[in-house]
Amino acid sequence: MHPEKVDKLATGIILTLAGIVGLVILSLLAYILATGIPHVSWDFLTSSAESFRAGGGIRDQLFNSLYLVVLTMIVSVPLALCAAIYLSEYAPDNRWTGLLRLAIEVLSSLPSVVVGLFGYLVFVLQFGMDFSLLAGALALTILNLPILTRSCEDALRQVPYLQRQAGLGLGMSKWRVTTKIVLPAALPGIITGAILSAGRIFGEAAALIYTAGQSSPAIDYGDWNPFSPASFLNPMRPAETLAVHIWKVNSEGLVPDARAVSNGSAAVLIITILLFNLVARYLGYLIKKKLTK
Amino acid sequence: MDNLRKELLRPSAESKQEVSGKVVSYFAILLIGGLVGTILIFLTVKGIALFTGNHFSLREFLTGVNWQPGHHHFGALPMITTSFSVTVFSGLVALPLALVVAIAITEMLPSRVYKFFQPVIELLVGIPSVVYGYLGLTVIVPQLRQMFGGTGFGILAATCVLFLMILPTMTSMTIDSLRAVPQSYRQASTGLGATRWQTISRVILPSAKSGILTAMVFGMARAFGEALAVQMVIGNTTVMPKGVMESAATLTSVLTTGIGNTVMGTAANNALWSLALILLIMSLAFNLLIRLVSRKGVR
Amino acid sequence: MKKTIIATALIVLVVALGSGWVAAKKQPPQQKVTIVGSTALQPLAEAVVDVYQAKRPQTSITVQGGGSGTGLSQVQEGAVNIGSSDIFADQQDGIDEKKLRDHIVAVSGIVPVVNKELGIKNLSLDQLRQIFTGKITNWQQVGGPDLPITVINRANGSGTRVAFEQSVFKPGSHAVNAQEQDSNGTVKEIVANTPGAISYISFSYLNNTVQPLKIDGVRPTATNVTTNKWPLWSYEHMYTQKHPNKATAEFIKYMQSKQVQDTLVEEANYVNIHDMQVTRTPTGTVSERK
Repeated sequence: MHPEKVDKLATGIILTLAGIVGLVILSLLAYILATGIPHVSWDFLTSSAESFRAGGGIRDQLFNSLYLVVLTMIVSVPLALCAAIYLSEYAPDNRWTGLLRLAIEVLSSLPSVVVGLFGYLVFVLQFGMDFSLLAGALALTILNLPILTRSCEDALRQVPYLQRQAGLGLGMSKWRVTTKIVLPAALPGIITGAILSAGRIFGEAAALIYTAGQSSPAIDYGDWNPFSPASFLNPMRPAETLAVHIWKVNSEGLVPDARAVSNGSAAVLIITILLFNLVARYLGYLIKKKLTK
Repeated sequence: MDNLRKELLRPSAESKQEVSGKVVSYFAILLIGGLVGTILIFLTVKGIALFTGNHFSLREFLTGVNWQPGHHHFGALPMITTSFSVTVFSGLVALPLALVVAIAITEMLPSRVYKFFQPVIELLVGIPSVVYGYLGLTVIVPQLRQMFGGTGFGILAATCVLFLMILPTMTSMTIDSLRAVPQSYRQASTGLGATRWQTISRVILPSAKSGILTAMVFGMARAFGEALAVQMVIGNTTVMPKGVMESAATLTSVLTTGIGNTVMGTAANNALWSLALILLIMSLAFNLLIRLVSRKGVR
Repeated sequence: MKKTIIATALIVLVVALGSGWVAAKKQPPQQKVTIVGSTALQPLAEAVVDVYQAKRPQTSITVQGGGSGTGLSQVQEGAVNIGSSDIFADQQDGIDEKKLRDHIVAVSGIVPVVNKELGIKNLSLDQLRQIFTGKITNWQQVGGPDLPITVINRANGSGTRVAFEQSVFKPGSHAVNAQEQDSNGTVKEIVANTPGAISYISFSYLNNTVQPLKIDGVRPTATNVTTNKWPLWSYEHMYTQKHPNKATAEFIKYMQSKQVQDTLVEEANYVNIHDMQVTRTPTGTVSERK
């Protein structure tokens, strides 16, 4: 057959198949949103969950999810950033570095059930954290570190080598070059990476069932003291997140409107991740604009 | 003279900073390394307790087909087989489709499509697996039942759900690897008079091969470790799978079902930890495979 | 300038956190009670805790799932105050029931359910046993349509399954190797979506998406459970150590009180423990309640 004809044929086939896949994916999203959005109301977002009566909301779960992401980021971003600095600026290219990279990769492919059980036995029982936001944040950190380290390292590496040389040539130490020149230049990439990874851990359930727990005791949104047990800021309180709530309502929920609650929660979750995405992109764009001025 | 020497040899502010900086970053990397080490040791210790503490034979664990924790039968082969088949099937289905979408987006469609597609992928990655599981239960399983008869639960249903779950990850990784092919390759190929398909099939795909394979292995590793969604559609029957439409159980589904109903330290509980250890070893193997594949690409 | 701002902010933060810590220390110490275990009992326990805490703000109670096995092993190790379980400690491998004290806080009726379109509403106990042991494999054999039976069992070691097999099976019979699911909700979902499926769930989870079955013409009601006319039921336990602390003992007393049993327990479709006219031992012997 003539190459042009093959080309046309192949293009046709590929575009059709890709179109079908794209359609499937979009209809998947549309299905989840369409079944969930009708149940989402202001009341649903601002009232607390019910144990076995209809009409419960997801206020606490939504807040817990967001707060847990923040806590996880507080732990994992500095860690991942320092590790990424080591890997991109200091690490010699030898077997040990290879082993380290392998170790980080292994973390990324750990099944989240296993991470959850590890967190349960070590953080919850061994360290005596009980079921708490902190234990959940640490478990999520394990899941989050590899992706975050990788995206930070990529961001750092994308800074042209010339800029480093210029700094070193001025007699700056390598650390100063890294923090004063490389880091600011890589900041947009790092922020985007961090927020995108936040979106990923937002939907995590299996690792949290045994660490952050599956119930939310009543919390006081007026109490701003993070050491007070009822405060919404207390990291030592057990907290059920949105994804765990979906799981729980589906498996052992007694509420008669379990289906609606679960669909509504899923829709809220997707919309929140969408917001994360938009914010990440916008922030990255803003910083880039400011830097290039 | 001595003073001058002192002055010259004294560490400068810069080098002091350098040291503290080094300490911080070394510390972070050590922490991560230590964490991985702890997890590995921890899971190994818990995982081999069945063989060292309860004196169950490793061979029977790996080759036995009878899993009845109540009667001290811990044959894990059915679960290992099922986990493998589900993973391989979903990888095999997802790869060509991910590839097709990636080619269409990077080589054929305007970059606007890519800009639109990227956030969509991120959204799909963030959907909790329970939602996928529920979707499988209410949409995929009934469909399969109508098409092939039987109950609809089983390896095929799990493959479909996992395929949907790993497709976004694989697609986005494949897109990345195709975009990493230098533009000059395309120009050179077009300059030689090659058609677009010739360029794609003979230049771009071969040079992105390792990235594509990495994407596939990465997606499969994710499928291998998925628990909640699979549990809802696979049927959870701990027997050797006879066909793709028969109920079966994966390592993860047995693990999540059983862990809450057993008591720490008993043989039944230890057996579950051994399953977790197998999961870990397998994900290690997947990783080594990724590295092997990507190293081959570099050469 | 920038440095001053950062330093001020840091100092303010540290002072605020420090004073917060001091303030929290000054508050009267809270009695903490942790309940871990049965996921099926969790919704009820949460609802009771909500009411209880409104009355006793000085006790802080957290309820967690994790499964009956987890609950029992945690309370045995003393890691939690209460281990909730839908299975007797005697029936659980690796638990020394002599170290624990059993508190029965509710009774849960269990009902066999089938897909709605099947058209079967009644089975004999014998038929039920044969279905779950794999002797009967088609609905035709019990007067239904020509459709293979899909048995969905509960997870090995779950309290509901133990109670079901104790009441339905004869000694020595084994369950057919079937699908296993570990939660009432998932079981209900699967039965509702699969023609020819049969399983069993707690009364509390029953709704109009599945068809409950009568056994030998007896209807699955709370009244029939209290007299053991409906033989499928199990206790919901809260296990504590031999000598629980005061806050724990008080909460369990509250949970067992008539006030809670008449309202929340019945509202959640559990059976009131004060209405029970029979008792059952861990081995399954049922006798008149004294």
